[in-house]
Amino acid sequence: MSDLTRMTAAEIAALVAGGETSAVEVTRAHLDRIAAVDDRVHAFLHVDTDGALDAARAVDERRAAGEELGPLAGVPVAVKDVLATRGVPTTVGSKILEGWRPPYDATIVQRLREAGTVMLGKTNMDEFAMGSSTEYSAYGPTHNPWDLSRIPGGSGGGSAAALAAYEAPLAIGSDTGGSIRQPGAVTGTVGVKPTYGGTSRYGLVAFSSSLDTPGPCARTVLDAALLHQVIAGHDPRDSTSIPQPVPDVVAAAKLGATGDLTGVRLGIVSEFVGEGAEPGVMAAFREAVDALAKLGAEIVDVSCPTFVHALPAYYLIAPSECSSNLARFDGVRFGLRVGDDGNRSLEEVMSLTREAGFGPEVKRRIMIGTYALSSGYYDAYYGQAQKVRTLITRDFTAAFERVDALISPTTPSVAFPIGARTADPYQMYLADLFTIPTNLYGGPGISVPCGLSEGLPVGLQVMAPTMADDRMYRVAAALESAVGTFTPPAL
Amino acid sequence: MTTTLPAYDEVVARYEPVIGLETHVELGTNTKMFCGCPTDFGGEPNTRVCPVCLGLPGALPVANKAAIEAIIRIGLALNCSIAEWCRFARKNYFYPDMPKNFQISQYDEPICVDGYLDVEVGGETVRIEIERVHLEEDTGKTLHVGGATGRIHGATESLVDYNRAGIPLVEIVTKPIPGTGALAPDVARAYVTELRDVIRTLGVSDVRMEEGSLRCDVNTSLNLPGQEWGTRTETKNVNSLRSVERAVRSEMLRQASVLDAGGRITQETRHFHEETGDTTPGRSKETATDYRYFPEPDLVPIAPDPAWVAELKAALPELPRVHRRRLQQQWGLSDLDMQSVLNAGAVELIEATVAAGTTPAAARKWWLGELSRRANESGVELADIGATPAQVAELQGLVDAGKLNDKMARAVLEGVVDGEGSPTEIMTNRGLEVVSDTGALTAAVDEAIAANPDIADKIRSGKVAAAGALVGAVMKTTRGQADAKTVRELVLERLGVQG
Repeated sequence: MSDLTRMTAAEIAALVAGGETSAVEVTRAHLDRIAAVDDRVHAFLHVDTDGALDAARAVDERRAAGEELGPLAGVPVAVKDVLATRGVPTTVGSKILEGWRPPYDATIVQRLREAGTVMLGKTNMDEFAMGSSTEYSAYGPTHNPWDLSRIPGGSGGGSAAALAAYEAPLAIGSDTGGSIRQPGAVTGTVGVKPTYGGTSRYGLVAFSSSLDTPGPCARTVLDAALLHQVIAGHDPRDSTSIPQPVPDVVAAAKLGATGDLTGVRLGIVSEFVGEGAEPGVMAAFREAVDALAKLGAEIVDVSCPTFVHALPAYYLIAPSECSSNLARFDGVRFGLRVGDDGNRSLEEVMSLTREAGFGPEVKRRIMIGTYALSSGYYDAYYGQAQKVRTLITRDFTAAFERVDALISPTTPSVAFPIGARTADPYQMYLADLFTIPTNLYGGPGISVPCGLSEGLPVGLQVMAPTMADDRMYRVAAALESAVGTFTPPAL
Repeated sequence: MTTTLPAYDEVVARYEPVIGLETHVELGTNTKMFCGCPTDFGGEPNTRVCPVCLGLPGALPVANKAAIEAIIRIGLALNCSIAEWCRFARKNYFYPDMPKNFQISQYDEPICVDGYLDVEVGGETVRIEIERVHLEEDTGKTLHVGGATGRIHGATESLVDYNRAGIPLVEIVTKPIPGTGALAPDVARAYVTELRDVIRTLGVSDVRMEEGSLRCDVNTSLNLPGQEWGTRTETKNVNSLRSVERAVRSEMLRQASVLDAGGRITQETRHFHEETGDTTPGRSKETATDYRYFPEPDLVPIAPDPAWVAELKAALPELPRVHRRRLQQQWGLSDLDMQSVLNAGAVELIEATVAAGTTPAAARKWWLGELSRRANESGVELADIGATPAQVAELQGLVDAGKLNDKMARAVLEGVVDGEGSPTEIMTNRGLEVVSDTGALTAAVDEAIAANPDIADKIRSGKVAAAGALVGAVMKTTRGQADAKTVRELVLERLGVQG
């Protein structure tokens, strides 16, 4: 048997279904790989060895009993530590939840279990998903497998790095402003932000409720589609979940893989191909655009003038919602409690707990959000940002009357060195410049590897109308068929 | 407080009160507002909870459709407009009984607005304008242990029970009510009473003030005639209809004494004390908390289908005011008589007693007479006196059957109120049955005649009115257990006189 950790999820599933390998064998191979490389990569915050092997055994027993298995049965998955996992530590990358074991599973985790996938463990992330480099994790940074001195993107750097380091064939992330797509781009993997409401948020520890979108991460577009199909779909526990059938993203990925984009109109977002992006990134992007054109796609330029206001609007809306969402972390019912010595007041204990439990970026955003929602400032900040959001949605709607999907580089730059931007929050925020508009609009976006710049991966982003996730899968799979996948140097 | 309060009459002669009421009603839905936990009262602390109502990380709310239906029906019964589109909002503040440290409520987009409720006070109809009716979730309950006051300051330990957290709560806010003068306390009470009756009629809550399913905050201010409205205070912890009335009155007196002394009223929350009937200051609202309201992003907007709202409106039950008109007619009562029934809070009690087979007149006699007197003496609501309509009907049945006379019936009723059992049981246990054995009665009558020959002669000579003395004597020897009418007939019969 060739190396199981180098296979795609589709290949692993086929081998398990055909009895050519067992889920336990697959799981052991990945656990061994984690044991071999994760001290250097630090993709995982918690490896659930026993839970993973138990789940794998259950799949093998079901197969032995002749039960029909789902399309991803026996395939290992790494789950971003933002999703509640019953009995398994869930920290959201924060000290304030250190040691917390949720009494319930997130809907997505429940669906993963029901599908027979094997959860390997929980992956590292910027604290509360606030960051673009995974350096804001309270448990230390994750290293990019392409160059261990560089960041793997964020907030879901752990999930992306686990894929690039062959520690897992599939991973779950969450994307509030680019936290799936940007790590995908800088690690040479595929990252998908589904339509908002297309994947359930129940059990996803909230950062910004109106933007947070859990989604699939994989090394190939088809794998991402297979995972998407398992986790997506209406959830009555999430009021914002869309009660409509999921578009057939697997069929779309297979269609795209045939390499024919005849009749597909793609719009390059003019505002995102100017001076904002590194020359190396732009060169890789231009080559990919040429490849798409060769596949038959019609390429046009589309101006979305309001997109330049997306970043400031995002940095009012997301912190505002986070200032409220994170209020529950007070040491009263769960997680860290500091200063409860019998002499201090409740208010003091709450303050000390939050002071000790939250890191600097989280505190910065709570303060910004608290200020933006304050009486007298609400209209000027939160209210104004919501208006910008409406305008951005209009730009998207107008663009999709002209083209089937929009494309841009996923990020302005390749992976930057660890430590390069932590002193300058604004530089850090710029990493999400191209991904944020999609979150404000609510539509789907995918980042697919499109080339290298100075030996580091570059991602191309495809953005589609809401509930047209299948469209971007087709385009991404077609591009993948043309440019291939990218393998990092051996660790 | 050592200040002597001015007399109420003087206060209302000099000042004009403006009142306003905020009422919270816990809905009687089977499940909580945003999760599937049960809502029934009681239960071991923290047993009716789940990730959602505990506010665990990652848990999300989903609105309870039954609660939305209930509030729309309340809004319709209060003549409100129902919003075609509105949202929940987060009210942010830190407190341990708030699992998420924000409350899901409604802010600038309430579901019901601009209604009114007509109430009867002193034979007049007063229209109370309703500003808004909105939906929110209840908080948990905090118990502060070890302090002198039971409040958080000074406590050594705080215990929180989240069973109540997430129970659907409807808040009904009136517009300011000026112009009620001396009747302000009565108007406040009449409003809360009428509101309670409306909501009970809708069947959406058990509206029990003592269990907290109906809670009331009373706003009060005073101003000099012709001047702007004064600064208002908000009185909380008003837990009975009687307290609503007392709270307004006591706050009017307190404010008048402050104003009379040249002081100014502080805008603040005050706590009402049931035992003393006065209020003490709570937290000051002058440094108002900034709740940083914003639309709840975890919930989709509420957009009730107008056709559904129309259906709900068409299906509203007969509301108390209309119902009362009908009863008044059926019972043949004058406006004044009906008013006294209302004032006593006896409408439903009499109605139920009549339904149990008693005549309206008899039912009214018991509830407005003996039972109202007892309720006043012990300071409880008539409905909580301890006698049920079924028991009153049973009692009247015993009277009608000649087993109890009026005096004995009163004694039996005392027993009922004291919880001694059913009227029949009490009658038997206390040996209170009317002496109906004619042999024994005749012997007692003959004995009385023999003992009072002068009176007997008077009666024989035609002074029938003198029979009363002999009846009295017989009643005495039978310790009241004879029917006076029967005794009188027997006396006349034994003396050979026509009655």
